[in-house]
This record gives sequence, C-alpha cells and structure tokens, in this order.
Amino acid sequence: MQDLDALVKDALAAFARISDADELEQTKARYLGKTGLLTEQLKGLGKLPAAEKPVMGARINAAKTLIEQSLTERREAIQNSRLEAQLEEESLDVTLPGRGSGFGGLHPVSRTLERVEQIFHSLGFEVADGPEIETDFYNFTALNQPENHPARSMHDTFYLEGGKHLLRTHTSPIQVRYMESHQPPIRIIAPGRVYRVDSDATHSPMFHQVEGLWIDERISFANLKGIVTEFFKLFFERADLQVRFRPSFFPFTEPSAEIDMSFGEGWLEIGGCGMVHPQVLKNVNIDSEKFQGFAFGMGLDRLTMLRYGVNDLRLFFENDLRFLRQFS
Amino acid sequence: MKFSENWLRTFVNPSLTTRELADLLTFGGIEIEGVATVAPAFDRVVVGEVLSVEKHPNADRLNVCQVNTAGNADAAPLTIVCGAPNVRAGMRVPAALVGAKLPGMEIKAAKVRGVESSGMLCSAKELGLSDAAEGLYELSADAVIGADIRQVLDLNDIIFDSKPTPNRGDCLSLRGMAREVAALSGAAVVPPNITVIEATHSAKPTIMLHAPQSCPLYVGRLVRGVNAKAPTPSWMVRRLARSGVRSISAVVDVTNYVMMELGQPMHAFDAAKIDGGIHVRFAQSHEKLTLLNGETRELNDSFLVIADDQKALALAGIMGGAHSAVENDTQDILLEAAFFQPDVIAGKSRVLGFGSDSSYRFERGVNFAGAHEAMERATGLVLDICGGSAGPIAEGRAALPQLPERKAVDLRLDRITRVLGIEFSADTVAGIFTRLGFEHIAISGGLRVTPPAHRFDVSIEEDLIEEVARIHGYNRIPSVPPAVASVALPAVERQRSTSALRCMLAARDYQEAVTYSFVDPAWEQDFCANASPIKLANPIASQMAVMRSSLIGGLIGAVAYNLHRKQPRVRLFEVGRCFVRGGGTSNGADDFQQPWRIGAAACGDAVNEQWGIRPSRPVDFHDVKADLEALFQPGTLGFEAAAHPALHPGKSARVLRAGNSIGWIGELHPRWRQKYDLTFSPILFDVELDAVASRRLPKYGAISKFPPVWRDLALIFDENVTYQAILDAVNAEKSTAIVDFSVFDIYRGAGMENGKKSLAFRMLVQDTHKTMTDAEVDSAVSVIIKILQNKFNAKLR
Repeated sequence: MQDLDALVKDALAAFARISDADELEQTKARYLGKTGLLTEQLKGLGKLPAAEKPVMGARINAAKTLIEQSLTERREAIQNSRLEAQLEEESLDVTLPGRGSGFGGLHPVSRTLERVEQIFHSLGFEVADGPEIETDFYNFTALNQPENHPARSMHDTFYLEGGKHLLRTHTSPIQVRYMESHQPPIRIIAPGRVYRVDSDATHSPMFHQVEGLWIDERISFANLKGIVTEFFKLFFERADLQVRFRPSFFPFTEPSAEIDMSFGEGWLEIGGCGMVHPQVLKNVNIDSEKFQGFAFGMGLDRLTMLRYGVNDLRLFFENDLRFLRQFS
Repeated sequence: MKFSENWLRTFVNPSLTTRELADLLTFGGIEIEGVATVAPAFDRVVVGEVLSVEKHPNADRLNVCQVNTAGNADAAPLTIVCGAPNVRAGMRVPAALVGAKLPGMEIKAAKVRGVESSGMLCSAKELGLSDAAEGLYELSADAVIGADIRQVLDLNDIIFDSKPTPNRGDCLSLRGMAREVAALSGAAVVPPNITVIEATHSAKPTIMLHAPQSCPLYVGRLVRGVNAKAPTPSWMVRRLARSGVRSISAVVDVTNYVMMELGQPMHAFDAAKIDGGIHVRFAQSHEKLTLLNGETRELNDSFLVIADDQKALALAGIMGGAHSAVENDTQDILLEAAFFQPDVIAGKSRVLGFGSDSSYRFERGVNFAGAHEAMERATGLVLDICGGSAGPIAEGRAALPQLPERKAVDLRLDRITRVLGIEFSADTVAGIFTRLGFEHIAISGGLRVTPPAHRFDVSIEEDLIEEVARIHGYNRIPSVPPAVASVALPAVERQRSTSALRCMLAARDYQEAVTYSFVDPAWEQDFCANASPIKLANPIASQMAVMRSSLIGGLIGAVAYNLHRKQPRVRLFEVGRCFVRGGGTSNGADDFQQPWRIGAAACGDAVNEQWGIRPSRPVDFHDVKADLEALFQPGTLGFEAAAHPALHPGKSARVLRAGNSIGWIGELHPRWRQKYDLTFSPILFDVELDAVASRRLPKYGAISKFPPVWRDLALIFDENVTYQAILDAVNAEKSTAIVDFSVFDIYRGAGMENGKKSLAFRMLVQDTHKTMTDAEVDSAVSVIIKILQNKFNAKLR
C-alpha cells in the first residue's frame, strides 16, 4: 500500500496549493467524494484477505483523518484570508469628521447664571423671580428710597408712558415681593434683567443682576462676608482670590458695603451688599428685632466678563454667532 | 467733590502719605476715586522779573530780555532770549534756570541766533500746567523774585476726587472731610479761623419766613461800600480751581469758598436791587424768574424762592437770579446763609434739567447749626478782599421743631454683636463716638448717642452700628460661615428647569441669544400687528422705544445681524419675558402680564454642510417643529393651521397644549423677509415657557411578552386631508391592538392624480396577553382601512 502514503502526500500538497474555497471543495471530492481516490481504496478493502482487512482499514481511516484534518485547516485558512481581505477593503479614513447635526450653546451670561445658581443652591439658596415692569413702590419706596431721595439719582430709570410704571433698575424689588409672601427663615437668590438709562462700552441699558437675601434670627455681617467670599472663590475657582468690603451706602441696607475682589493685582468693584435695613423689614411686616440678615447684589454680565475675559459689555447683546460660539 | 490735599491738611494733618490718606478715606466709606498731581515734576524754575526787552539783532520774532531772578538788586540779571509775544518789561514770569528739568526738556545755556541765553521764560504749557500756551505765564506783581515757582503757585499739591455716598452730605466740604480724617485716623482737627465781625453800621434786612417748614432758618447781613472789582487773591482762586470752581468775582468767589470750606452754600445779592425786605416763600404758579445761568423759568408752587416785597430774586438753595446778581459796580451786598429742608430741594434738579453745587448740598442735608459761623467767615473774607462795612446779622428763625431734630439713639452692645458678628466693649464703642464727635452717655448694656447737626444719616440703632463697623474697619470683621441647620431644597420633578430647556435647544444646534426687552415699534407692528405697544417715556433710542410682546422681533433682528455678516446658517433661541397690558397677577405690577417665553429661529441648511450628506437642503417648518416637540417630550402638542402677522399664511400654526393655545410656529412672511433684507426665511417658534416647563412623571406600563407585528399600508387621499385629521380619526376608532400608527412616507407626482397624495403608514400590532394570529392582525388593519375609506374617501394604493 505504498500508494496510500503517496495519496495522502498528494492530497495535502494539492490542498496547500489551493486558495479558492470552491476549488478546495472540488479537490476534496477527488479524494473523499463518492468516486474519490480514498473512497476507491475503501471499496477495495472487500477484495483483501480477511486477515489484512483490519490493518488496511485502520491505515485508510488514518489517511482519511489526515486528509480531512488538512482540509479543515485549509478551509479555515482560506476563510481567514478572505475575511482579512474583506476587512482590508472595508477600512475607513477614521480621520474624516463625524457626521450629523451640530451643537449650539448657552449665552455666556446664562452660563454664569447657571454656575451662580448651582453654587448658591449648594449653599441652600432657592431661586426667586419677579416682574421686570415694576412700580415705584417696589423698586424704590419699599426699599427705603422715598420720592426725590438723592439715592434715586444713582439709578437712571426708564419709565413707561403714563409715569406709573418703570423698568426695574435692580433685582432688589424681588426681595420685597418675596418677603411680603414668606416669613423667615428666607434664603433666596433672585437673578434677572435690569434696566438703566445708560449706554457705552461698560454700560448697557439692559443688563443682568443677581440678588441674594438671607434672613434668619442671627445672620450677621460676619456671615455676609463669609458667604460672599465663599461664593467668589467657588465661582472663580481660585482659592487665592481676595475679597474686601468697603463701607458704602444703599438705602435698603445698613451697614452697607461695596464688594471688591482681586486676583492679586488691583481691585475690581464687583457688587454691593449689607445688612437689610430694619425699615425694609418693617415694610414687609417682618419683626426686625427678632429677624435680621443680609442682602447682596452683583452684575452677572460683569462676572461673565471677568470669568471669560470679555472686554466689551455690548458683545453680550449683539448676538454675533462668532462671539456666541466661543461659549458653546 | 474735588479738593486740594494741601488745603485739607491745613485742617487735619495725620502722618500719612497721599496714598495712605486716600485709602483711609476710601475704607472709611468716603471713596476717593482719584488722586492727581497739580503739576508734573520740574525743578529750578523761579519767579523772574523782566527788566528790559530788546529786539533780537538776528531774528524778528525773538527778544533779548534781562531778567532778575536773584531777588536782590546787586545780582547781575540773566540774559534770556524769548519768543513769546506777550513779553514786556516789568512783568513777573516763571524763569527756568540753566539745569532746570521741565516736562520733556532740559534747559541748557545756549546761543540763540548768536545771542547767549541763560534760561527760559515759561508759559503755563511748558510747565505742564495747561494744555494751551498763550504766551508767558504772567505772575502777580507781588510774587517774590527768585522764589521757587512750585512754592509760589503751591504746585506740590494733589487733587483728591472724592465720591461721598448720597447719605453723606456732611462730607461735601473741607471741614467735613477733615472731620472724617480725624475720626478715622485719630489726628486732631484744626478749627477754621473764624472771627466774629463787629457791626460798623446798623442797617439790617427784615426777613420773613413764609414757609418755615421748608426754610426754618435764614441769616442775612448787609455789607456796604464793597469794591466788587477787587481781584480775588490767588490762593483763593487756586483752591477753588482745585475744587473745580471757576473764579467769577471776589464776592461770588468768597461765597463759593465758604461753601467749599464749611459746607454752607451762600449767596450774595446786590442790595440795591432789593425792594424792601426778604421773603422766603413758595413761588406763585406761572411766576417767572431769570436765573444766573441766563435761563428764564416759569415756576410753580413747589419751588421755594427768595423774594423781596415785589418779586422773586432767587431760586432758594438752587441758584440766584440775574436781576439781583452782584456786578462790578455793586456797592452794597446782602449775604445769605440759610437752611433749606432737603425735601424742598430734592428732585428739583431733575425737573429743571440742571443742578448746582448749592442744590447738591441742600438736597443731601446742610448743617443747620453752621449758618452763623459761615456768615462770619464770609463777612470777614469780603471785608479783607473788597473792603466795606458790615452790619449786624439779621436772622429769621422758625419756632422749633421746624429745624431737624437730633434725637438720642440707644445703642445696645449685644445688638452690635448680633448684627456685626463680633463683640465690642463699651469703652471701644464710646471711643469711636468720641472721635466722630457724637455726644454719648453710658446706659445699661450700651450707650445713648446723639448725632451732631451735620449728620443727616444717623437716626436709628443700625446707623450707629454702621458707624462702629466703619470706624473699626470692615476688614477687621471676620468672615464667618453662618451656623445654621442645613436645609434640603425642593427638587420638583414635574417641572423642567429653564436651564434644562436651554441645554435641550443648545443640543439641537441652537445658540442662545439675549436681545433687548425694548424693541423697535416697527417690529411690534410688523410681527405682532401691535399698533399700541407699551411705550417707554424716556427710551434711549427710537428703535428701543417699546416693550416687546413676543420674542420674534429680537430673534429676527439677531438673525439679520448674522446674515448680514455672511453667516450662511443661523440658529438662535432666546428665553425671556414679554410684556402685554392687563390681566397680570403680580401685585402692584398687575397692569401688565409679563410671561416668560421661549422662542427660536432657524435658517440656512437643515444640517451643517458636510461630507456624506448630499444634497443639503434648507431647514423647513417640520425640522423646527421637531425641535419644538422635543422640548415637550414625552408630552405631545397640537398644531392648528392659523394665520399670524409675522408668518407665511400657508406655513404657520398655532401651537396647542391640552387644547390651549401656547404660542406659534411658522416661516417668516416673505413680505418681512424682503423688508428686513434677509437672504433666507427663518422658521420661528415662540411659546409660553410655563407650558413647556411642566411635565408628567413617568408611569410604568407592562411590556408585552408577545411578538410584535409590523404592517405597512399606503392609501391615496385628497390633498387637503391633514395628517392630524387622519390621526384623530384612527385614534378614535382603532383596535387596542394597534399600538403605534404613524406616517413614514408621503408621495405626490408621477402616477398620482393632481390634488391627491399618497400616505404610507406603518402600524405596530401587538397584544399584551397573547400572540396574535394573522387573521387577528388582518382584522385590526382592516378596521383602519375602513375608517380611512369612510372618513376621507381614501383609496388603497
């Protein structure tokens, strides 16, 4: 049975030459098919003497196993190389830009507003809101600025025709409205648009403020300094930021202070604050002997300018996409 | 208020540098906004007397001068070549000596066209004292020859620019500033040199206070035989100039000087122009008065005037009248020092359109105890400068309590601790009030403090606490976080935050805009058909004159701004209040509704032009509708075709939520696209924020365990059948097994009759309890076909 070894050798060599799956199957038939060479050998077993049959049978089966094993290996190899070719063919330029709809962004002042709200939320402050068309009473009188008070000239006020209403010049009327309907403890911030008759690179007739108010039994000026200082450090994410308080005057706080801050070189005026004036508390029927607290206010636009290095306030209201996209 | 540092230091002179002095005031609550030198640095400039002037032999425009700069007759004069046209023998001028360093130049001995020149005669500009050079700076004839010009003109001085807050009228004078410096630094105050002037004649005006509640005190004095033409001394001119007050004439300058020095506004009348006595009364309506600034004003009974028996002479506390003004030939003057209540002066400058140094002080409060003193001071200065003879002081004084009262206020030490958060001893607090010049006595647990007449801002305990904090120093009060129990804030899940909505639109490719709440009236007319918008009485510009009633105008404006800057694709949104008359609920402002709205505008390509998405197409109604719907997810909206003034009539819809109109969506009307010069028609929406913000809580429903079946169906409809009508009909009658029904294709064109359209629907058929048989699915689908055939005469394709 010399030719059995030769047959196996032959088959293995034939498989090794083939790289096409169909051709491999055809070649397989030549050995293992119904009339294949090995099948013929098996058929020839019957003609052998009984004593040789088991030996020869075992040899043929071994040869068949060898051929089948080789065939399987070859099939896998062909499949693998085909897959590799396919993968090769399918490869992309992964550096091309991603596709689909784009993304917009928030206005920089909104970004600031959101940060301010988050920080004060974490300090336990709720957000309050109020009308922008206000009455003289809420904008001035209830805040301890009677008619013709010289402090009113600090605010150049927009009036509506008819003279009964005005555009709020600060967010402080929200304090009053909130205190009218809530008893202490009160801990709110009140952000929003405010309006003054003024327009240049550092003044806009419309801008944004945020007002803070904390009224409770023992909220002191030292606490005001603590909260305001903490806020600025959190907002600017600078532990080295310095905050200082300068005596000042607002009709609705006593004592009052200007807030200055510094990153190390020079001081910037950033807001006003003080202890809520007892008269303001009386105006809203809060017992000023029992309750006290502080209020502060600052410009959101100014915070935004400092945070992002914007040098002209007017950019916030031009809505130029080339500007807005920088804050996406 | 501007003032000279040197002048201040004549009253109080702490050992502080200029910078330290400015900071002391600023951190004491009197902000010093600026400090400016009076003159730039220079040296070796002295007073020179021009002895002779001769024509330069080689130059027409130059003169050769002999100048005495030594101060003694023996010293040889200097030869100085000078080109100034006003040079003349006998004048005294600043002479820069050889070696002098002037701003931008150094003086050297030099030959000028062949003549040796040893110095330079100077103009004000060359010394940096003025921007304009009008020849040599002529000094007064008594300037000491050879004296350093910096000493002579007091140039080593600093101008402080202070900004006292409106409650601190008492700081609007040198004496007031000095008091503050003394209280803050502990340095002693030198009182101004005021001597009582004895009367040398007996004539005095009669003074009648007809409005004692508004003018409870009026002090007048007749000074006869003054020389109104006398020059004002240069030191006075200088101090006034450094306070920003122009020299007018000696008498007027004296009144201004006393105001700056002591804080008491004063006035001088030409006594010859006064008929009879002085009446302080309210103006009659239509009474006219020509003022010193040349304006003739018609007054009303809210203005207090100083009048004689016949006519108004001056607007009390604000400005004198032209008729009784002191002129060069005035012989006799009536000096006035009065107290006018702040409320009678306050607000008048707004009505008049101008104010004065006087009204500025009276409306903030003037020390009513200082009128006599100011009168003595002014009289003394007038007599010194203009000569004359003073009469006795005449006084009109209302019975008490017309003058402001200074009530004692009790200050509790424990209240200080509560308000400021730090403790003070009674001694420390008493020391502070002593320095401030407040009277005080000890009471149980604190002090009883009486503020002085010049302080109009101290009437309650908190005012005293502020004084303690201010003098102690705000920066010495610690920063302490409040010690309170932590509170949990509500987290309302049924409410979408405005922030979440902003982020949703940003994620859908919109940039947030902030546009003005006041807009062009044309926008309100064009985009809202609003012919009677809410108008501002004092708009900053005509295109910012009315309050917006919708966000559309501002969005169109912002779109136009960007399109005009060659942006091919603009997508913007805004969240803000809009304003309409009537029906609001906020107390006090309830003549207006001020709802928050959210709106957006998009134009240009639907998506950014990019590889692999071709062809690009412009954004359309339904793209923006999807953006709007996204805001309400999982809630649903209704859309109802309706006309809106801003929008294309065939491409606009009223937006409904639960049957209520909450806003609009549509394409900008082509008319406005043309008028506002837009390259594209933006698609817009503008809806109520409240409607968007509310959302329902999710509620779990069982997930079917049985296989879903998808069925597609195409039917032909008349063009005018709306999708909403189809949906409504299907939803009303369909089998519960139809879990989802939606359109996935719309076809018009070849093979389709005109006026018809084919809609292809996809249905999800599923039962939660069992696997459906083909027959059951077919039956559910056939119900839908029947509905569509019966209601809309639809034909299966």
